[in-house]
Amino acid sequence: MPAKIVVQDINKAFASDQGPLPVLERLSFSVDDGELVAVVGPSGCGKSTLLNVIAGFERPDQGLVTIDGAESVRPSAQGILISQHGSVFPWLTVQQNLMFGLNGRVYGERETLADHYAAMVGLKGFEASYPHELSGGMLKRAELARALVVKPEILYMDEPFSALDALLNLRMRNELLRILSEERHTVVLVTHDVEEAIHLADRILVLSSRPATLQAVFDVPFPHPRKLSSPAVQELKVAILRELGVDGDSA
Amino acid sequence: MERLKRLLPSVTVMALLVGAWWLIVAATRSVIFPTPWQVLAGALELARSGVLWEHIGASLFRVGSGFLLAVAFAVPLGLWMGWVRGAFATLNPIFQMLRPISPIAWIPIAILWFGVGNASPIFLIFISSVFPMVVQTTSGVHTIERRYLRAAGNFGVSRATLFRKVVIPAALPQVIVGMRIGLGVAWLVVVAAEMIALRSGLGYLIIDSRNAGNRYDLVIAAMIIIGLIGLLLDGLMRLLEGLKAVEWRYAR
Repeated sequence: MPAKIVVQDINKAFASDQGPLPVLERLSFSVDDGELVAVVGPSGCGKSTLLNVIAGFERPDQGLVTIDGAESVRPSAQGILISQHGSVFPWLTVQQNLMFGLNGRVYGERETLADHYAAMVGLKGFEASYPHELSGGMLKRAELARALVVKPEILYMDEPFSALDALLNLRMRNELLRILSEERHTVVLVTHDVEEAIHLADRILVLSSRPATLQAVFDVPFPHPRKLSSPAVQELKVAILRELGVDGDSA
Repeated sequence: MERLKRLLPSVTVMALLVGAWWLIVAATRSVIFPTPWQVLAGALELARSGVLWEHIGASLFRVGSGFLLAVAFAVPLGLWMGWVRGAFATLNPIFQMLRPISPIAWIPIAILWFGVGNASPIFLIFISSVFPMVVQTTSGVHTIERRYLRAAGNFGVSRATLFRKVVIPAALPQVIVGMRIGLGVAWLVVVAAEMIALRSGLGYLIIDSRNAGNRYDLVIAAMIIIGLIGLLLDGLMRLLEGLKAVEWRYAR
C-alpha cells in the first residue's frame, strides 16, 4: 500500500532577531492510508509547525511534503485541521457551522448531512444552539463534526483535547476511536500527552527538542479497546518518556 | 422589585438635585431662571399646542437621515478598508486627519454647499457619525481572530464566501458598537446643526426660546427632552447587541 502522506527531509526556520531560528530539521517519515500516527515531543519543539507544514498552512524551507503523491502547497478540504483552541464560528449555530464547508450541495442535503454528523458526535438536539451556549466538550464535538462532515481523507489534530479536563479528555478519546471505526480517516495527531498517544495511535513518532528531529518511532501493537493500565502499555509509556528525557519512575 | 431596588439610588439623587434646584431658585428669587415646576409647565404647554412634537420630529428626521446615510457609507467602506490592505494604507491617514475636526467647524462649509435647508444639518450629522463608524468597522475586521480565517481557508471556500460568511459576521459586533457611538455623536451634534437658521428642531427651540423673550423654562425643557431622547436612542441601539448572531462577542 502506498503511503498517504510522505514527509521528505523537511527543514523549517523562523526569522528572529538573532537570525533564523531552526524549528524543524531534516524530518522524514510517512503515514499510511488509514493510519493514526501520533507525534509527541517536548513543548515548543515544533510539533504544531510540523502539522501546519503537512496541512499546507506553511511551506517548508527545504524538502517536500506530498499527499497521495501531490505536493501539499495549500490547505484544502482533503485534510482538515483541528486545533487546540478550536475554531467553531461563534456567529453560526451548530448546524450552520457544520454546513459551512458543504457548499455546492443542495440545501436540504446539506442539512441532512449536518444533522447526521451532529448526531454522530452526540450533539443531537443542539443543532440550533450557538457555540457560546455549549460546554467545552460539546464545542470539541462540534469542531470534530464540522471536520468530519466534509468527509476529509485526513484529520490533522493539534492537541485537540488538551484544553479539556481529564475525564472529558478520556471520553473524547473513546468517542474519536468509535467515530474512526465507523469512518476511515488517516490521522496525524500532535500531542504532549504520551498516554493519549498510546491510547489512540497505531504508531508514535517522538521528536527531539527544537530544532525537532525524528528521535524515535514506536509501534503500538495493542488491539482496541486498549487497557491503559496493562503492564505492556505502561512499559511502552516508560520507554517513550525515557526518549523524552523523563525518568519513568517519576512519571 | 430587584430593578426598583437598583434604580432607587439614582432616582433619589435625581430627586435631591431637582429639590436643590428648586430651593436655590426660590431662595435667590431669580426672575429669569425657572423652577422645575415652570419647566414642566412650559414643556406641557408646548406639547399641548403640538409644537414640541414638530420640533422632535424635525430633529429625529435629520438625525435619522444623516445617520443612515453615514451607515450606508461607513460600513461598506470600513469593511473594505479592513479587508484590503492597500485601501487601509491609502485611506486611513485621511480619515485620521479628518476625524479630530469638530463637526461644528464644518458649519460654514455646510452653509456654503447646502444652504440653510434640511440638507445642511443632515450633512453635519453625516460628517459627525461617519468617522467613528469607519474606524470601528475597520478595526472589527482587523481584530478577527486568525484561527477563524484559517479554518475557513481549510474548507476551501471562495474569497467571496469567506467575506460574506466569516468577515462580515465576525466584524458585526464591532460594527454595532460603531453604530452606537455614531448615533450618540449624531444626536449630540443635532443641536449645533440646528442653530444654523432653521425654523424647526430641538436645537432651534433652544435658541429661539432664549432669543424670543428669555424663555429659559423652554430652554431647559428642550435640554431635558434631548437627554431623554438620546437615552432612548442608545437603548434602541443596545437592542441590536442582543441579536443572537452577535451575542457571542458581548456575552462574558
